[in-house]
Amino acid sequence: MHMADALVTPVVAGTMYACSGAAMAYSVRKVRLEKDARKIPVMGVMGAFVFAAQMINFSVPGTGSSGHLCGGMLLSAVLGPEAGFLAMIGVLLVQCLMFADGGLLALGCNIWNMAFYGCFIGSMVIWRQVMRRGMSKRKIASASVLGCMATLQLGAFSVTLETLASGVTELPFAAFVAVMQPIHLAIGLVEGLITAAVLSFIYEARPELLWGYSGWNGSGQRKGEEGKKGRLTYKGTVAALLAAAAVTGGLLSLAASSDPDGLEWSMERVAETSELDAEGSAYEMAGRIQETTAVLPDYGWKDSESAAGTAFSGIAGGAVVILLCVGCSLLLRFFRNRAVKNE
Amino acid sequence: MNKLRGAIHNIHAADEGRRGRDGTVHPLARLLVALWYAVAVVSFDRYNMAGLTGMLLYLLILGIWDGISVKAAAGRIFPVLVLTGIAGMANPFLDREIYWQFGQTKVTGGMISMATLMMKGIFCAASSYLLLTETGMEGICYSLRCLHVPKEFVTVLLLTYRYLIVLLKEAERMTQAYKLRAPGQRGIHIKTWGAFVGQLLLRSIDRAETVYESMLLRGYHGEFAGKRFRWEKGVSICYVLFWGAAIACLRAVPVFELAGKLLL
Repeated sequence: MHMADALVTPVVAGTMYACSGAAMAYSVRKVRLEKDARKIPVMGVMGAFVFAAQMINFSVPGTGSSGHLCGGMLLSAVLGPEAGFLAMIGVLLVQCLMFADGGLLALGCNIWNMAFYGCFIGSMVIWRQVMRRGMSKRKIASASVLGCMATLQLGAFSVTLETLASGVTELPFAAFVAVMQPIHLAIGLVEGLITAAVLSFIYEARPELLWGYSGWNGSGQRKGEEGKKGRLTYKGTVAALLAAAAVTGGLLSLAASSDPDGLEWSMERVAETSELDAEGSAYEMAGRIQETTAVLPDYGWKDSESAAGTAFSGIAGGAVVILLCVGCSLLLRFFRNRAVKNE
Repeated sequence: MNKLRGAIHNIHAADEGRRGRDGTVHPLARLLVALWYAVAVVSFDRYNMAGLTGMLLYLLILGIWDGISVKAAAGRIFPVLVLTGIAGMANPFLDREIYWQFGQTKVTGGMISMATLMMKGIFCAASSYLLLTETGMEGICYSLRCLHVPKEFVTVLLLTYRYLIVLLKEAERMTQAYKLRAPGQRGIHIKTWGAFVGQLLLRSIDRAETVYESMLLRGYHGEFAGKRFRWEKGVSICYVLFWGAAIACLRAVPVFELAGKLLL
């Protein structure tokens, strides 16, 4: 679900950077308030752990395919939503720079689509609601599966909106959603099951590591496992998810703009036109230079403005400019290396 | 399993590629130029393939100047090419307006927009690769601190990067051991999902405790000591000004087309 730079426009990228930046500032403030210096290295190492664990393939029985665990949900279940969010941003940044998984410009979108939903919606809305009356393996499993599926659906929906708002695909909204959502529903289920298995193991081995674990009761049982079955109310969870989806959808559709790009916008503001007229002595001089420097002055297409003529000019010009640049760069590197050797 | 080995290889290759590359340009200058380049590339109209082609010059000049391996860069960029190709796959079918015609061959708007999308993806990924090779993760963390990004986040990022290789190797050892005990099996079986990754997680948390104690012994008090960079102010300012202006020119002027018209 990592978005490449090519899939977003600067407006959408900037908007998503702002949204993710706000969530990051909030998380940093919360982590600072905890005043637990020990947490920082745990966050770093956990980030590396999620990265490594996502590289392990888990075979999905009966399908012949494989899946991997959901990083955002797992990190927030161990570190809490804010610390998990920061660790997840670290993972996404390393993935972007080291492995070209997602672009630098689209990082804001990727943080929002994967880290924000995974950590905040997954833990604060779903995990917290499910664990409200104590923790149990069943609850961990249901929270993990529900959380992964819901957050992946929200993330996939955001990817659709961001791509459409950027106008890079001709696919209509309905068709794009119909492609994205079902695929991610299946992926979410598999990721949820893997995450549930890992968190259940942690619950058995070291339950105090899990976020929101309330400890042991007086009779030596874990709280929430006293035989009384807590009623799971998902109404609030579903309502919050719908609200989040509606708000996100609304905000992102506002960001979808048919306005001109940054440069055209600036030119329209400054010169009241998006195209500048090429008149004046400088252009005349350039024209004379062109006549003198043209290798084949009488050679040309019948209609010099035709697309084929433009294309041919572009290819020929491109080849010459590339050769010039490569030659100059090689020459400069040669002189630099010689200077270094002489030193 | 191969993914793990591939990731370890990629990190080693990036570290090897960076060896001896500590230049005189401030990492922040490189980061700002790379971001400016990405903004310029993605701001091109989806049919403006001719203008976009000119943005290749930045990559060419920097790549040659810094002696970047084309093979290594191509290997890293290939997945982006596939991703953007999939994203733009529908365009040729849905946008059939003819833009160019060379004899019997018709080039539609959808084909151009798909090609432009793929080019944008390649250019941005190549620019990120150049940034990483030239600056390294430590340099990027250093420039983030210069931008006043909170130290907590930068420390987390630096630690994630430093411990990545350790945990990847640990995960590889575990998967290798599992594979030897379960020959012919693809991936980790459902019965061992929890125990397998859970063990790795518990070991990671224990390792984090040890890391914290080691950091305390080395005088950690909130901020992680990163690598010290040598850089020259004048060179860095010139770098930003030159490339800032050059990228703006490449964005505004279709260089290849103009050069072609000048010659023909």
